[in-house]
Amino acid sequence: MTMQAEERSAVATLRRGLALSPEFVVGLPVTLTLAVLATLGRLIVPIAIQQVIDRGLRGAAPDLPFIRNAVLLCAVAVVLSAVCGYLMNVRLYRSTESGLATLRGKGFRHVHDLSVLTQNTERRGALVSRITGDVDQISTFMQWGGLMIIISVGQLLIASVLMAVYSWQLALVVWVCFVPMAFAVPRFQRWVAKAYTIVRERTGDMLAAVSESVVGSTVIRAYGSEERTARRVDEAVDAHRSAQTRAQKIIAFTFPITELVGAVAIAGVVLVGVWLGVDGQLTPGRLVAFLFLITLFISPLQLATEVLNDAQNAVAGWRRVLGVLDTPTDVADPGESGVTLPRGPITVAFDRVGFSYPGGPPVLHDVSLEIAPRTRVAVVGETGSGKTTFAKLLTRLMDPTSGRVLVDGADLRRLRFSSLRSRIVMVPQDGFLFDATLAENIRFGRPTATDDDITLAMTELGLADWLQGLPAGLATPVGQRGESLSAGERQLVALARAYLADPDLLLLDEATSAVDPATEVRLARALESVTRGRTSVTIAHRLSTAEAADEVLVFEHGRVVQRGPHDRLVRQEGVYADLYASWTSAAHTS
Amino acid sequence: MSSERDRQPSVMLQGIGVIGHAVKTEPHVFTGAVLASALYGTMTVASSWALGWATENAVLPAFREGRATTATLLTAALFIVGVAVLKAGGVMARRTLAGIMQYRMQARSRRAVTRQYLRLPLAWHHRHPTGQLLSNASSDVEAAWAPLAPLPMAVGVVVMLVTAAVAILLVDPVLALVGFLIFPAIAALNLIYQRRLSPLVMKAQQLRAEVSEIAHESFDGALVVKTLGREDAEALRFQAKAERLRDANIGVGRIRGLFDPLLEGLPTIGVLAVLLVGSLRLAGGDVTSGALIQVAYLFTLLAFPVRALGWVLAELPRSVVGWTRVREILDATGSMEFGQARLSGDGPVGVEVRGVRYGYTPEAPVLSDVSFDAPPGRTVAVVGPTGSGKSTLTQILVRLVDPDDGRVLLDGTDLREVAKGGVSAAASLVPQQTFLFDDTVRANITVGNDRHEAVSDERVWAALRLAQADGFVSALPDGLDTRIGERGATLSGGQRQRLALARALVGRPRLLILDDATSSVDAQVEGRILRGLRDGSSDSTVIVVAYRMATIALADDVVYLEHGRVVDHGPHELLLDRCQGYRDLVTAYEREEAGRAALADEEISA
Repeated sequence: MTMQAEERSAVATLRRGLALSPEFVVGLPVTLTLAVLATLGRLIVPIAIQQVIDRGLRGAAPDLPFIRNAVLLCAVAVVLSAVCGYLMNVRLYRSTESGLATLRGKGFRHVHDLSVLTQNTERRGALVSRITGDVDQISTFMQWGGLMIIISVGQLLIASVLMAVYSWQLALVVWVCFVPMAFAVPRFQRWVAKAYTIVRERTGDMLAAVSESVVGSTVIRAYGSEERTARRVDEAVDAHRSAQTRAQKIIAFTFPITELVGAVAIAGVVLVGVWLGVDGQLTPGRLVAFLFLITLFISPLQLATEVLNDAQNAVAGWRRVLGVLDTPTDVADPGESGVTLPRGPITVAFDRVGFSYPGGPPVLHDVSLEIAPRTRVAVVGETGSGKTTFAKLLTRLMDPTSGRVLVDGADLRRLRFSSLRSRIVMVPQDGFLFDATLAENIRFGRPTATDDDITLAMTELGLADWLQGLPAGLATPVGQRGESLSAGERQLVALARAYLADPDLLLLDEATSAVDPATEVRLARALESVTRGRTSVTIAHRLSTAEAADEVLVFEHGRVVQRGPHDRLVRQEGVYADLYASWTSAAHTS
Repeated sequence: MSSERDRQPSVMLQGIGVIGHAVKTEPHVFTGAVLASALYGTMTVASSWALGWATENAVLPAFREGRATTATLLTAALFIVGVAVLKAGGVMARRTLAGIMQYRMQARSRRAVTRQYLRLPLAWHHRHPTGQLLSNASSDVEAAWAPLAPLPMAVGVVVMLVTAAVAILLVDPVLALVGFLIFPAIAALNLIYQRRLSPLVMKAQQLRAEVSEIAHESFDGALVVKTLGREDAEALRFQAKAERLRDANIGVGRIRGLFDPLLEGLPTIGVLAVLLVGSLRLAGGDVTSGALIQVAYLFTLLAFPVRALGWVLAELPRSVVGWTRVREILDATGSMEFGQARLSGDGPVGVEVRGVRYGYTPEAPVLSDVSFDAPPGRTVAVVGPTGSGKSTLTQILVRLVDPDDGRVLLDGTDLREVAKGGVSAAASLVPQQTFLFDDTVRANITVGNDRHEAVSDERVWAALRLAQADGFVSALPDGLDTRIGERGATLSGGQRQRLALARALVGRPRLLILDDATSSVDAQVEGRILRGLRDGSSDSTVIVVAYRMATIALADDVVYLEHGRVVDHGPHELLLDRCQGYRDLVTAYEREEAGRAALADEEISA
């Protein structure tokens, strides 16, 4: 899936970004006023100098009382502008950080609604960076750059106006000098942007290469491929370094050009100013003040080069965050307008359901079936026959391309998620656990459950012995992703978690594939008794499940080719009989 | 905790130590950058001098006399531009060299850290969370060398300040006094600023990492979150942490908001003081008005660069923390020691496991006193209930971890005596969790055969055929050259497992260890794989962790584990006969079926 909005214009990106986090603009007028006042403080120095030179130092002896008053007045103004600066900063930090927190939260919530998360495990790292690193990129700009742009533009305007007031001829000289910059800067920006794009790509490659040496540590050691991995890391690190260096060179070259042009302007002002002064059109104080004003005029331009880099980064970051936020959720919660169904026996029907991934061939063709309440259904078929797609459609992790999935007669798309998730729960093959204790992980299924509830559930599932064998029982920490437990043990916990959630329909997708046969059988029997009166759908390679089921659905090439109880199917010639034969030869002693 | 921190040298000293390390590593680049920065610093001061000179010698006389001398004016203009050119050159060189230094140090640290990751034993990896190791190599390295970017500038600023002080001193000692009061005040303010700021910045940094951790974990567990309908609860959990980050950042903003205007205001106050004091001096005839302008201009010029000192100081605490974390990796010991022995010979290797004990923590052993043999060319199945230590055993067999006690011998040689690379050349493990590199299919298969001759495509295809993976690989858009992973094809669990299997088979290992390596493959495909292995496995000794009877039936011998101990060991039939636990485990399905059949009969007869 492609994230949309990658190509949105910078202005449109900003507008959309601000709309998503209204906190950014809360109280902005006051903050801006404070910013203007704080900036005005910078004008004090040139004005003070002009006043002192022209009025205080005009005569043979300096007008000391005037100078003293002027200086004191200016000092007060400096303090006041510092106070304004403080207030402005605090307001700005508060509004931007609140806006960014909102953006992070919205992004996080939205990502959970994207099917890409469950379908493309490789992209998860990239999604995390969109709501963390990319948001951070915005923050630098919002707290420093964005304001700097406003202040700089203000400073540029005020300096320009003052320059024009002091001497329009000299102001003209300065502007003429800076006209070429107006053409050069956008070009520089393009170079910088291009260089940074490469840096970002290389950063990604470098992180991927480094992560391989950590995530793949087992395989790398098992196959003695340390040198190969080291070589790949070296290449990626070096490519990253040279991209960074290249970007730095471009910036180093373009940055001082403003200052250089500024020096030419100063020289020009000195020449023209003297000529004007000789002509009697300018006082020396005004000329000197003008020279100070030029520094006020140059510094925002100089800053602009830096700020524009920040802006590039921020817009890029924002684009990526918006790319996530504006990707429509392919499976949307109908929310308030949706249907809430009462708990109890559940009927599921597939009505001419077809499914294909975007741009891919159909995975499921025209599947129609009904699962009656209180039945235990086994789903079997070869790898790639459409079993998992069936499960994903039934739990509404995806929507069918054609046809409808009905629960108690209502289209699944109209059912509220809160209702759907409490009625239908799937246990996937990968028993993912959170880095917490065993109890906290099981409680994930029902947050209100007490430790006693959990222990009871474990006992009902026949897992009490296993639980007692653990060093700290329910308080045992399971480690990152549950890696302190074995793969089979993780599946046991995942199953207990789903069982505790107490759904009307429990869907097991290869949920016990890593569990030993004795435990699996025990578990199946326990489930059978405790879920009596509920519906269960089990997808399994191990056909022992099918034997115990009320009904077996046999999938082949995206169609249900056979259905019925095991006893009947096994006697018919067909896919099921073949599957069963190869299973028995694999599973039985004789 | 706090007393421990008190005994540590101050952050400042430690930070200087970190910078010192960088300077020692890149002395030439650093010297170049500092020289360039000194040029920049001197020229900044010189530019005010140039302006002062121009005012004194060209502007004011011209105004006084009502006419201008072209020669003096041109000299003044050239003077101003010339100084600016030198200054710009200094900036360019400084920035470029500072960048080169910073990025070289980053690259160097990243390479060194990754080398450690590759060198340190798996047991070490078990103790360190993945996320932490990744941030060690990325953000910690970045933080460690962040002060290097503004460092030359800061050194240049020091040069600038000294030059400025001298310049002012030359103009007028009384005005210099003003400067000597203002400059240290700026420095002191900077110091206080950083003292106040650094704990807050570190706290924010920590929270930033925690926010990212929650996102990682929650997205990783997306299927669980979604299927249990816990998205909103997860969003709340994330939001709570994001709000703590927000508050921490606002705290940082408060300090910044206070000190930034102060740091900006101080030089302005300096200019005003210069004007006040200067006009007194002017009245006394001690300075000229040109000199006064020059000093005042100097103060405005210095206002901005002086803050570079603050930037370096600001980066120091983070840098120290980052570097400390990087050093912890670089100094980590406990590397695996290798011997000199070679596993010579061809064909299957004999395995002897003798009294192996292992525990991730000392109080909870996973394996205790495990002993068994796998004679050359034989197939041994390791069977046991969930959590009995089977996977740990497979890791010990290929020396990914060393046992706490006991030993593993290949052809009579202790694994610990085998030369580096010797074990992996002879033995291949297919772990339970499939890991594929973000690379092509071919590279993923030939990954272990790096040091040997290039593996021919025929051998790759042969391995793929044996792993029942040739079908889907040939259907991939670029066949063997198709990329897998983030920017490539997405494969199903079963397909990934089969590639991992082919990777093990392509090296024609003398010992092949399969840790439940076909769990995502259905029975028919698994059957074909196993038949292929049996027909072609006379070259290998095979140790296989399995539950399925077909796999076990393939084995000459079975090792039955319970709670990390070998309960029984022998041919399948024998164990079936004499070992209750084993029988219960492997015949579970059959008994289940029989029980059901009996039940059905009862129902019929009833």
